[in-house]
Amino acid sequence: MPKTKIRAVAATGNLSTGFREESLVRAVEQGADFVGCDAGTTDSGPYYLGSGKPRGPREGVKRNLRLILREALRAGIPVIVGSAGHAGGRPHLEWTLDIIRELAREHDWHFKLAAIDSEIEKDVLADAFNRGEITPLFPAPPLDDRAIRHAERFVAMMGIEPIQQALTAGAQVIIGGRCSDVAIYASLPVLKEIPKSVAFHAGKTLECGAASAAQRLYPDCMAAEMDQDGFTVEPPNAAIRCTPQSVAAHALYENADPYRLVESGGVLDTTDSKYEAVGERAVRVTGSRFTPSKKYTVRLEGATLVGYRSIVIAGIRDPLVLRQLDSFLSTLRTVIERKVSDSLKLSADAYTLNFRVYGRNGTLGDLEPLSEEGHEVGLIIDVVAATQSLASDIIPIASHTGLHHPIAEHEGLISNLAYPFSPGGIDAGPVYSFCINHAWELNDPCKPFAMKMEVL
Amino acid sequence: MRELWQFTKLIRSKNAGPFELTFDIMFKNRDSLDDVMRREVLTPKVIAQLYRVDVKHVKFFVVEQLLAVKISIPRRVFSGDVRDTDIYGGQFHSPLVRLAVKD
Repeated sequence: MPKTKIRAVAATGNLSTGFREESLVRAVEQGADFVGCDAGTTDSGPYYLGSGKPRGPREGVKRNLRLILREALRAGIPVIVGSAGHAGGRPHLEWTLDIIRELAREHDWHFKLAAIDSEIEKDVLADAFNRGEITPLFPAPPLDDRAIRHAERFVAMMGIEPIQQALTAGAQVIIGGRCSDVAIYASLPVLKEIPKSVAFHAGKTLECGAASAAQRLYPDCMAAEMDQDGFTVEPPNAAIRCTPQSVAAHALYENADPYRLVESGGVLDTTDSKYEAVGERAVRVTGSRFTPSKKYTVRLEGATLVGYRSIVIAGIRDPLVLRQLDSFLSTLRTVIERKVSDSLKLSADAYTLNFRVYGRNGTLGDLEPLSEEGHEVGLIIDVVAATQSLASDIIPIASHTGLHHPIAEHEGLISNLAYPFSPGGIDAGPVYSFCINHAWELNDPCKPFAMKMEVL
Repeated sequence: MRELWQFTKLIRSKNAGPFELTFDIMFKNRDSLDDVMRREVLTPKVIAQLYRVDVKHVKFFVVEQLLAVKISIPRRVFSGDVRDTDIYGGQFHSPLVRLAVKD
């Protein structure tokens, strides 16, 4: 017999960001069918996916998981965490599972734990590519067999089906690798026969936690009750409220299209959705539509190692240097390239040398329309080379040359760069780039996503 | 002469994934939206020029019930690429803030 109402609680918008304990306790006390949390995003760039490192802090994530598990276990309801460890790859998943196991030991908690892997082996991806199952989205980096083999790591973004499989297998705590934000919250409701049009829109609203509230004070929980016709969203924290405006406006955030959200298996259309106030703090949403797609596709993400970065940060305040900064940097570049070629035997195309000039166009680069001159600039000399050692060697050549690069107005040896630190050079580690923006057509929505069950 | 921000409650940009940028411009009231749109201050062509993208790749929506304009464009430099200047895409809206709204 299908449940008529399902109440979902989102602990917060991102697992590393926190929430108020009282809000989560209240949310679950008010009656919840599960607690979800999104643990990842591509917002922070390709570093986490490329390196396999999670984004912490570990103690913060552990605190948040502890509270989520405590409340859910007490209420006897499932926990669903998606995009574990920030990038949702295998090392990120393992890092999260470690924390879960640690918590279970420390608190003597016992439950069935499902881990859903979303990392895709390069061989598997190359085969799929050669069979024509992978198509580019727009815009997409060029992809071929070589690019696939050259990459560090790929993940596929799971939809609701792998999570539903874990729920059906009796898992109480489900930790997923890379996962659609919406799928974290829509999986259980759809399993309980809530229409996808309702569950997916509710999921989209919940996935940022308290961000759909009118004036989010700090990251916090959100709750939504779904039924056959719509959902009602209300923050458990009495100090904040949702308004029809805030909930509708939040649908715009980070979406290229205000009305159409493409998910695995279909498109959520909110063109005719209605947002009505319920009391002072809740909003009822109805009228959303879901159109199933003919083909089932999952989004692919991947990162490739591009090189290693070293930087120098320095201030320039001399107005005579500043008034000729473009030619200063241009001639400086020529001298650096010559010296790097002479001493390191590297040609200019073997590394990138980027002058980032804050106070001019550091933020917008060549899109900067303004040319207002300030009294100082912050210069970052940014070098990316094939190895960290090379980048570290180029930087002192670049910075020392810049330090004493002459201008005609001052006769004598000058020092142009005000370094805030000693040493001036900072090794910034490996640099990655996103190497794929493609969709993979699947016959079976669960096949790429291996599930492992553990009884803790 | 006035500037766009004086007509709005919010102007922001953010990544919609690493390959696309999306801008949200929320107007104070109906008159503000109408004033700005009537003067063609914000159009796909203006965006295409400011951000150096093909005008046919500019997605432009007027969201009436929110008194908002949403614009989405492909990122010419993907998030995290070596030449990127803004990983999150959060400051790309800045040239729009003081767009002239002529009387």
